[in-house]
Amino acid sequence: MSRILSLYTSVIGKKAIVAVTGSLMVGFIFLHAWGNLKLFAADTAAGVPEIDLYAEYLRTIGEPIFPYSSILWIIRIVILVSLVLHVICVIQLAQHNRRARPVRYQHARKFGEATIPARAMLYTGFIILAFIAVHLLQFTFGVLDPSRFAQGAVYGNLYRTFQLPAFVAFYVGVMGMIAVHLYHGIWSLFQTLGSDNPDRNKGLRALAIIVSAGLFIAFSSVPVSLFAGGMSQPPSQAKNVLTSDSR
Amino acid sequence: MDLDPKIPEAPIESMWDTHKEHMRLVGPRNRPNYKVIVVGTGLAGASAASSMAAMGYQVDAFCFQDSPRRAHSIAAQGGINASKDYRNDGDSTYRLFYDTQKGGDYRSREANVWRLAQLSTDIIDQAVAQGVPFAREYGGMLANRSFGGVLVERTFYCRGETGQQLLLGACSALANQIHAGGVTLHARKELLDVVVIDDRARGIVTRDLVTGAIESHAADAVVLATGGYSNVYYLSTNAKGCNVTATWRAHKRGAGFANPCYNQIHPTCIPVAGEHQAKLTLMSESLRNDGRIWVPRKPADQRNPADIPEADRYYYLEERYPRFGNLVPRDVASRNAKEVCDEKLGVGPSGLGVYLDFRDAIQDKGKTVIGGRYENLFTMYEKITGDNPWQSPMRIFPAPHYTMGGLWVDYNLMSNLSGLFAIGEANFSDHGANRLGASSMMQCLADGYFIIPLTIGDYLSRYPYGDVDTSHPAFADAEREVKGRMDHLMSIQGSETVESLHRELGRVMWDKCGIARNADGLQEALKKIPEIRDRFWNDLRITGSGQKLNQTLEHAGRLADFLEFSELMCRDALARDESCGCHFRDEHQTEEGEALRDDDNFSHVSVWEHQGTDKEPIMHKEPLSFEALPLAQRNYKT
Amino acid sequence: MNFTLKVWRQDDAKDGGHLEKYQIEDIEPTCSFLEMMDILNEQLTEQNHEPVAFDSDCREGICGMCSMVINGQPHGPNDGTTTCQLYMRHFNDGDQITIEPWRSVAFPVVRDLVVDRSAFDRITQAGGYINVHSGPKPDPNSVPIEPDIAEEALDAACCIGCGACVAACPNGAAMLYTSAKVAHLGLLPQGQPERFERVQNMVHQMEDEGFGSCRNYAECEAACPKEISIKFIGKMNRDYLRSTLLLPVDRRGRMDSQ
Repeated sequence: MSRILSLYTSVIGKKAIVAVTGSLMVGFIFLHAWGNLKLFAADTAAGVPEIDLYAEYLRTIGEPIFPYSSILWIIRIVILVSLVLHVICVIQLAQHNRRARPVRYQHARKFGEATIPARAMLYTGFIILAFIAVHLLQFTFGVLDPSRFAQGAVYGNLYRTFQLPAFVAFYVGVMGMIAVHLYHGIWSLFQTLGSDNPDRNKGLRALAIIVSAGLFIAFSSVPVSLFAGGMSQPPSQAKNVLTSDSR
Repeated sequence: MDLDPKIPEAPIESMWDTHKEHMRLVGPRNRPNYKVIVVGTGLAGASAASSMAAMGYQVDAFCFQDSPRRAHSIAAQGGINASKDYRNDGDSTYRLFYDTQKGGDYRSREANVWRLAQLSTDIIDQAVAQGVPFAREYGGMLANRSFGGVLVERTFYCRGETGQQLLLGACSALANQIHAGGVTLHARKELLDVVVIDDRARGIVTRDLVTGAIESHAADAVVLATGGYSNVYYLSTNAKGCNVTATWRAHKRGAGFANPCYNQIHPTCIPVAGEHQAKLTLMSESLRNDGRIWVPRKPADQRNPADIPEADRYYYLEERYPRFGNLVPRDVASRNAKEVCDEKLGVGPSGLGVYLDFRDAIQDKGKTVIGGRYENLFTMYEKITGDNPWQSPMRIFPAPHYTMGGLWVDYNLMSNLSGLFAIGEANFSDHGANRLGASSMMQCLADGYFIIPLTIGDYLSRYPYGDVDTSHPAFADAEREVKGRMDHLMSIQGSETVESLHRELGRVMWDKCGIARNADGLQEALKKIPEIRDRFWNDLRITGSGQKLNQTLEHAGRLADFLEFSELMCRDALARDESCGCHFRDEHQTEEGEALRDDDNFSHVSVWEHQGTDKEPIMHKEPLSFEALPLAQRNYKT
Repeated sequence: MNFTLKVWRQDDAKDGGHLEKYQIEDIEPTCSFLEMMDILNEQLTEQNHEPVAFDSDCREGICGMCSMVINGQPHGPNDGTTTCQLYMRHFNDGDQITIEPWRSVAFPVVRDLVVDRSAFDRITQAGGYINVHSGPKPDPNSVPIEPDIAEEALDAACCIGCGACVAACPNGAAMLYTSAKVAHLGLLPQGQPERFERVQNMVHQMEDEGFGSCRNYAECEAACPKEISIKFIGKMNRDYLRSTLLLPVDRRGRMDSQ
């Protein structure tokens, strides 16, 4: 424990915490994206959208050894802690870095190698943070627009929301931000953890591009395709077999 | 003046070992009581300070730069010699001794040279243990290359930055000792006087370059590792800050100055581009292996070099020295370049330059081979001049590079002033009248790692420690003098700038006491220097204050000493009425224009004793003996 | 060539400082940047003003003393170049050139363009060495070193300690400097015994000096006059993390040499 603490007290250690928590979150959004793509799966025989079943499945993993929802909650807690650590460390590092240069240059900086995504990490990060809040309010707690929300009816919730162009634009825009954030973040975590070197660098950069672009496409496909039409109407709320009373 | 070299009574091969066995020692428990001041943190200073501190002595290290690592040793390029004989070409202590002694044109002290050759191998071991990344061969063994006119491969190197790596090694040892508390570092402090009490050097007076504070520091011994004085020429390959102040101040306090006229002019430097030029850059001598040196046959030939036909090209080294051609020793190459430029054959805007042409080498050997050898040098040349050596010949010209003269020291590296030691380029002892390539770093590190840590103990053991501190009136006197000098400099408020006066002194020295000298020119210089000095002290302008960082004032203080020292240099050059090594007197040359020594009258070290600024100094002689290697005419023709 | 210079003037560490405008005329294109500054200083002295204080010594790109941020770029616009190796022919006639000192909390301005870089020395003093005394040592060929390893160590060891990496880093981090020293010694067999202690001590000193943290911008690499790679930062991170998390606690008493 004291070793973890000593990590936390050093800037390199903090940065490593940012990298590790960041990679956990990347893992999480991979799962998330995989889940989202269930949207495009054919409905089950009972007329329940596949994605709704998947949402329920997440709660039942490990039953009966683990109680209902426990695994989901463990994942949620791990990700929440990661997120909190990620943000706190980044803020502390940013403050530390601000102190490191109390007097700024008068002449506009000319950057040599720093990419725009790298320089925008803090900004994209905060946009993503704000987005997470909106996203949870909207699709987890359903308080943003209760008229369009029904607990457990994932497909229906998505469908109703993404009929509104403003939401589509907002979600696609933020997915772009995430892609930009991850483009630098994914490469950067290898460098921070010391596993980059010139032989691997090209590969890691390519990996960062593929992952961030892939996630962007996967995530954006949901709002875009729901908005564009051609997707089936959600089942009516009454027909939803998986509303909370089924338990 | 007591000039006993204190050469131990023993055969030369075992002299150093015998001497070590009979030296007096200071016990480990007693060493922390003794304080030693080391001025300068180049190869010699850093290695000496760290070695003595590791033994337990209390060391105060001083440098005028912001960090010890900035010392100009860092700029040494080529390599460092050691008679390891890794290449199985029959190298030995004797051969390295022989090459150094012959290269120095038989004007150095045999005992010191032998010891240098003997210690050369230990330096490599020491440096590698410190983590100096010398070049390695495929099998992991240390690599060697050949260097400057010797017949064995004994030079160890780290690309073209051997000096940097060796200095970082020495400075890391110094950092270790600073961390351990053995060394107290005083950066940005410049020595301005040496304090002598009862004929013993007991401390120094420094100026804090940031605050202007004049401070005294007392010690049981003072070691000067303050480098050479090539900047007397204003334009040289030395760093801008290199100066003679420390050794000159010591000289004025009674230390003998030996052979001030011996200074080496390096043949392959980038020529002066204009009036604004502040410094000359050295190009590795290895360029002469493939480049052909020439000038146009017609004076002031303005044609593009590529358009000058073969018949109009004067390959003067190849014509004059058919055997060695472009590979004649440094002094010969430099002298010939000056001669052709004197005949108005020089090239470039200033007319002070000769071509070093790779056209034929590129044709014969191909771009790949030449690129492999000189690519980095070509790039460096292009970076500085904007000309591309692949397309047009380089222009080169000689530049002052290294000074063999320095404070007189005995076998223990102590000057005639008790307790005042001089090591590295600051002393005179090992290179005679000309230094061979790749041997300057060898001398600095031999002095610092292996010699001074032992000989200083021998000296210190004879005295009680700490019997003088800065409350002694001699310190107050010295401080007052230094303050007075600084105040005087600030108060002149005339019209001439330090730079312009330094440039003027440099031109006089270059013309009259440069590559070749003669009695008339030297006499003329001896008239001109006091005139410049007068103008300096009466018409100098320094703005700002002495109580803050004032780089003009720093420069002025250094120039003030150069203006006195340059006179001694000319005097020595005049008194040495022979040619030897780099000291070439027009009056003394063979029919082929080679340096002609006069061994009967000048087989001695000239040691000068200061008598006062406007009084003529007295010259003493330390006779040199040649037992291990009998005298012979230096000959690079056959 | 003529230039308008905007030069940072600051009397001493306590003074606030400001940019001052100077006109300079008839500069030869063959003039180096620092020679142009020399000419400016001659002019200022002739006009009875104080010259601009700036650090420089070897003027051949190896001592690491020169330190100017020129138009927002440490050591100016050219790659792999120190300020002293920059020539006026790289600028256009009539250019306005802004010259500022290195900016970092750990590099306080001493005067004008001169900063105090002793923080670097203290990082090195914290562990940038191999503990050996002077004296007889084993023959170096008794420990063969692969030429590639020796060359890589030299790639790191060629750092000139100028501080451009700190000046260029948007965070004012000294990771490139520290990692170059850590990697140089950590790559060589001689450096192994102290490898992890070294990285710990040097990193902690680096933090204590107030340098910022690395965000993998690679601006340091772009500004480095010796073009030292940020791969050494990765190496240092790995050694640091490894020694913090995995290595057994060092239970030796420190054996000091005194």
